[in-house]
Amino acid sequence: MTQTITIDPITRIEGHAKITLHLNDSGTVERALFHTTQFRGFEKFCEGRPYYEMPSLMARSCGICPVAHLVAGAKACDQILAVKIPDTAGDLRRIMNFAQIIQSHALCMFYLSAPDFIFGFDANPATRNIAGLAAKNPQLARDGIRLRQFGQQTIELLGGKRIHPAWIVAGGVSEPLKPDHRDRIQVQLPEVKDIAMRALATFKPILRKYESEMETFGNFPSLFMGLVDEQGNIQHYDGKLRVVDSAGNVITQGWDPARYQELIAEAVEPWTFMKFPYYKPMGYPNGMYRVGPLARLNVIARCGTPLADAELDEFRSKYGYPASSSYHNHLARLIEVLYSIERLEQKLSDDSILDTHVRAGAAPNARDGIGVAEAPRGTIIHHYHVDQDGVVEWANMIIATGHNNLAMNRSILQVARSYVNGDKLTEGMLNRVEAVIRAYDPCLSCSTHAVGQMPLHIELYDGNSELRDTLVRDSA
Amino acid sequence: MTEIQSVQIITLTIDGKPVGASGGETILDVAKQNQVFIPTLCHLEGLIPYGACRLCLVEIKGNNKLVPACITKVAEGMEVITNNERLQRFRRWILELLFTERNHVCSVCVANGFCELQSLAEVLGMDHVRLPYLHPKFVVDATHDRFVSDNNRCILCGRCVRVCSDIEGAHTLDIMGRGIKARIVSDLDDDWGNSPTCTRCSKCVQVCPTGAIKEKGRRSVGEKFKHRDVIAHLAEMREAAREED
Repeated sequence: MTQTITIDPITRIEGHAKITLHLNDSGTVERALFHTTQFRGFEKFCEGRPYYEMPSLMARSCGICPVAHLVAGAKACDQILAVKIPDTAGDLRRIMNFAQIIQSHALCMFYLSAPDFIFGFDANPATRNIAGLAAKNPQLARDGIRLRQFGQQTIELLGGKRIHPAWIVAGGVSEPLKPDHRDRIQVQLPEVKDIAMRALATFKPILRKYESEMETFGNFPSLFMGLVDEQGNIQHYDGKLRVVDSAGNVITQGWDPARYQELIAEAVEPWTFMKFPYYKPMGYPNGMYRVGPLARLNVIARCGTPLADAELDEFRSKYGYPASSSYHNHLARLIEVLYSIERLEQKLSDDSILDTHVRAGAAPNARDGIGVAEAPRGTIIHHYHVDQDGVVEWANMIIATGHNNLAMNRSILQVARSYVNGDKLTEGMLNRVEAVIRAYDPCLSCSTHAVGQMPLHIELYDGNSELRDTLVRDSA
Repeated sequence: MTEIQSVQIITLTIDGKPVGASGGETILDVAKQNQVFIPTLCHLEGLIPYGACRLCLVEIKGNNKLVPACITKVAEGMEVITNNERLQRFRRWILELLFTERNHVCSVCVANGFCELQSLAEVLGMDHVRLPYLHPKFVVDATHDRFVSDNNRCILCGRCVRVCSDIEGAHTLDIMGRGIKARIVSDLDDDWGNSPTCTRCSKCVQVCPTGAIKEKGRRSVGEKFKHRDVIAHLAEMREAAREED
């Protein structure tokens, strides 16, 4: 008798999604599907709008990582204007992007995922959350909140507001960095650096404890993609695309992001609103690749900052190169937080960051603009095609979580096969299915977060659509 | 001997307070002189009053109908009420209908933070739109080398048409169509970029209360600051010059 288990909604992720697990007659998982249940239509409703609205308009797709969309959108607009933006403007955009990586990674690690690691995947969901974490380990919760606060405040000091600042614009940024704002960011850096180091020291041994999860949370060979600079070091703002295979061989090197369409194509499935990008030379679905913190650490030669490089060496010596389990995204995130803080130290200590020439102006000179950046969750691509007056005719966005779609589906299947048995439906086992999704920190639409618990209703149906079992978790 | 013009002095009450006014002044003029706030959208100092937006509707004791303060002249013994629950409700309704019709998504609008529609909604407490959004799709005219016209953000206040005609004397802009299809056009509904009459003076940009008309160049979301006072100054200077002649 075949059965279907539905997990809807998935909790402690950004956005709305559900998972269905399809069991065969013997009760083992045959198919696992990750459904994005919202249609949002950004590519459609931006048609007919002037190009200069695009960074802000597209950033509205997300409340967690709007800065990455602002960056990619503004870079696409720079190309439409065909201008070289002032160096300081580029550095200011980088600084805001680093601040966003810090706050977003802190959110993912401390608020959304840490409860699983601190309490265990089978713990009572009533306490397995940030509130429970704050009760059990107040310092750890405070650290997470402080890191996120620092990231958000830095974004505010640069752009005037924490979420959706309209500061990153076509041609640069709208305002230079004020000296006293630079000082206010700088003075906090030693403290947040200590927190990042402390978080690494705390989480490294804890993450190592969950060997079974490490083995099954998206542990399979795949390609990895990310931006690197000319030396092959990590890049979040500029750079060229690099793809490595599951053995760590570089198979695409120095790829101009403007030629992304030759590298990536998108497939569509009828059961989800999210598309399935794939590496074009290998076809669909074999061209499955991953992006994000782990993928970035897997494609780069070095980070380029001392503390992050030391962590990278340790990471590679422990988990091999390339590390293949998506579980390692968690540790990769903490390394990126440290890297971002080190880079903030460098960028802010150079007085050229206070230069007041931060914007280049021009009329639309090109019909296409393609902006690529590394968001906290991975590579994002914004492509705008405009008419001769700069009005958008069509747009294409490929977002980090989209790149990971094939891998996420594959990961759920792997976890479900390891933990879910149709005869015994437990919250802990379904939590692991959700947790593997959380490892990718998917940003499905905008932000919906639960403090406490979100209602979770799981139904198990047999092949005749008869309800066999129900698991209900009420909202707190 | 200089001829002295006789000025008719009128006394009336605004919200129960006795005030004096000159004959020929509007209720809105007198309210402003006495620091009484009456919300307006289509009205702008320097432009000929129009009475289109109806936000300045006030009550007059003994009159069953509400009257627009911007075009209603004061009269002796008039008792004007500018603010009560009923008027507040009507004004919120007017704003709500404006927000219902066209695409006024502040967050991605160039005029965010400098928009009169947005600030009035805030002041008058219009925080919800209860009717379905209509959002007719208008083509953005970006053909002009200096300006962009976006009818999707237009409230048809007619300020741009009046400033173009009455102050600049070009009369490039006008309103075409009726009801929900009404929109600002240039000349005989040609692309603005082709206009032989537009003097590129940018007065329309300065008077536009929303983000419907904007300057190109270094002006992105939330950056459309306006110099609205300049129109009253221009009108005053012209009047002074005419009197000198």
